Amino acid sequence: MNNRITSLFERKKKDILNIYFTAGYPELDDTARILKHISTLDVDLVEIGIPFSDPLADGPTIQNSGSIALENGISLAKIFEQLEGVRETVDTPIILMGYLNSLLQFGEKEFCQRCEEVGVDGLIIPDMPLGYYQKHYETLFKKHGLVNIMLVTPETSEERIREIDAKSEAFIYAVSSNSITGGSVNVNAQVEYYNRLNAMNLTTPHLIGFGVSDRDSFNNVCQYSAGGIIGSAFIKAINQEGALEENVTKFITEIRSKN
Amino acid sequence: MKHLIDENGFYGEFGGAFIPEMLYPNVKELQDNYKEITSSKSFQQEFRKILKEYVGRPTPLYYSKNLSTKYGAKLYLKREDLNHTGAHKINNTIGQIILAQRLGKKRIIAETGAGQHGVATATACALMGMDCTIYMGAIDIERQAPNVKKMKMLGAKVVPATSGSKTLKDATNEAIRAWIQNPVDTHYIIGSVVGPHPYPQMVADFQSVISEEIQIQLATEEGTTKPDYVIACVGGGSNAIGAFYHFIDNNHTKLIAVEAAGLGVSSGKTAASIALGKKGIIHASKTYLMQTNDGQIVEPHSISAGLDYPGIGPVHSYLYDSSKAEFTSVTDQEALDAGMQLARTEGIIPALESSHALAQLEKMNFKSSDVVVVNLSGRGDKDMGTYEKYVK
Repeated sequence: MNNRITSLFERKKKDILNIYFTAGYPELDDTARILKHISTLDVDLVEIGIPFSDPLADGPTIQNSGSIALENGISLAKIFEQLEGVRETVDTPIILMGYLNSLLQFGEKEFCQRCEEVGVDGLIIPDMPLGYYQKHYETLFKKHGLVNIMLVTPETSEERIREIDAKSEAFIYAVSSNSITGGSVNVNAQVEYYNRLNAMNLTTPHLIGFGVSDRDSFNNVCQYSAGGIIGSAFIKAINQEGALEENVTKFITEIRSKN
Repeated sequence: MKHLIDENGFYGEFGGAFIPEMLYPNVKELQDNYKEITSSKSFQQEFRKILKEYVGRPTPLYYSKNLSTKYGAKLYLKREDLNHTGAHKINNTIGQIILAQRLGKKRIIAETGAGQHGVATATACALMGMDCTIYMGAIDIERQAPNVKKMKMLGAKVVPATSGSKTLKDATNEAIRAWIQNPVDTHYIIGSVVGPHPYPQMVADFQSVISEEIQIQLATEEGTTKPDYVIACVGGGSNAIGAFYHFIDNNHTKLIAVEAAGLGVSSGKTAASIALGKKGIIHASKTYLMQTNDGQIVEPHSISAGLDYPGIGPVHSYLYDSSKAEFTSVTDQEALDAGMQLARTEGIIPALESSHALAQLEKMNFKSSDVVVVNLSGRGDKDMGTYEKYVK
C-alpha cells in the first residue's frame, strides 16, 4: 500500500514537523490556500481540523478557530470541495482530524470514499475508541487507504499503549501532558514519560503534540520522538496582521531555524 | 432494568463511551470499580442512611384529590420536591460522592445548567468535606444568580464556561476538559443519565430509589406495585429514569416521558431531542440529539433550564426505539399553565421542569380506575422570576 504517511515515516525518522490548522479559518476559503502554501515549505505532514460545535479534546485557541470557521460557513461537505484538486500540486501527506459525530452525520462510507477521492491519507478521530474502531471502521478505512492515528497520554497504561501500537499503521500521537490542546506545558516534567515511551521499543514511531509551540519546544520533543505536532501556536500565528502566506512562511521558518 | 445494558455500556445501539484517550483512565477506573463499590453492603448502608436522615427520604407519595377529580383518575404526586435542596438531583450526588471517597478522590467537579445539580453537588461536598468546583455557563450564571450564591455559600468555586453558547452543554464540555487535566485526584459528578458509560447506568441506579419507593407506597395505598401510568419530564432524563426504573420490565405500566417543546417542536426554539429524532454522539454517548445536517450540535430552547439540553440520556433513546416508553412534548406555555394550576389548586409551587410532566395530564384520557403517578421532580423557588412574569 502506498500511503503518503507511512511512506514518510519509512523515509524520515527524525525532526518530522506536523502542522495542524482548522479548515475554513481564518476565512472560509483559506483551507486549500494554507495547504498549498505549506506544501512549498519545510513541513512534513499536515493535519486539517474539521470544526465541531463541541470539541472535547481541544483547548480555547482551536475551539475558537473552529467556532469562527463554522460562522464562516464551513461544513464537512465544503471541506471536501475545498480539497478537490489539491493533489495536483500538493504532495504533503494530509490527515483529517475531527469528531465522530461529523462522520456519522456525513455517512461513514461516503466520508471514507470522499477522503480517498480528494487524497486524504489518514484520520485522527479522538473520540473513537480503539475497540469501536476495530469493530466498525478498520475494514472501511483500509479499503480506502486511510490510516487511523491514535493517541496515547502520560496516563495511558503500558498494556494499552502496546495494544494501540499493535493497531497503529503510521504513527502514534503522543499527547505531552494531561492537557487539552494549546495548554502550557512544563516540557521537562514530561521527560520521564518520553523516556518510558522510548524504552518500550514500540514498532510504531510517535510524534509529540500538545504544548509544542515554538522552535525550542519543537526541538525539545524531537529529541525524544520522531517529531512534533504544532496546532494552537500556528493558529495564533496565521491570525496575525499581514498576508496569510507571509505569516505561514515566517512561522515555519522560525520553527526550522537552526539557532 | 439492569439487563438492558451490555458490558460496554450500550442500551441497544445507544450509549457507549466515545471518549478521547485523555479521558480513558478516568472512565476506565469508574467502569472497573463502580459496580463492586456501589453494590457492597457498606456502601448501600451509608447511602441509605444519608438519604433517610439527611435528604429526608422516603419522599411522600401524595394522593391529590383535586387533580384526581379534575382528570378522572387516581392521581398521585411523587414529592421529590421535598428532598433536601429541593429536587431529586441530590439522590445522585450523595451516591457519587460516597463512590468518589471510596475511590480515594480529593476533589469534585460538576457541571450545572440551572444550578440545581450544582447546589446538590456543593451540598454533598460540604457534607463530606470535599473540594468542589462547579462549571456553569456564563449566561446561566447571570440567569440563575440565587443558585450561584448558594453554591458559593456552600463553599464551592463556580467557574464560568465562556465557550460556545455559554450554557449547559458548554459547562459540560468545560467540566470534561477540567477532568482531562486532573485525571488522578478528581471525580466528575455528572448530573444526569448522560455522558460516557458508566455514568448513565450509575446515575439511573442512584435515582432508582424513586420508583423503589413508589412501589412500596402504592402497595400500601392501592394494593398494587404496578401503577397504570408513570409520567415524568425528561431533559437528560435522570428523574424520569428514576421514576420508571422498577416499572420498565412490567408490561402493565405505561411510562410517559415528557420533553420540553419550548415554543413548539417545529419552531426552531425547542429542546425536544427525541421529537427531532437524529442519532449522533453528544458528551461521549450515542443517542438522539438536536443537530444540523453537518452534525453540529444545535442550541436548545426551553423555559425550563433543567430541560434545556440538546441531547437525552441513551437509555431513553433505547426506551423510545423499543417502544418501552412513550415520548411526548409540552410547550413553555403549557408548562407555565400547569405550574400555575398546581400552585392554585394544591398549594405546591412546582419546578418548571416538573410542570412539563403535570401539563401532560391535560392530554391524557384516563379511566377512573387508573392509578397515575406524576414525578414532581423539584420545587419552583428557583423559577419564581419566570412565574412572576407569567402572572403579569
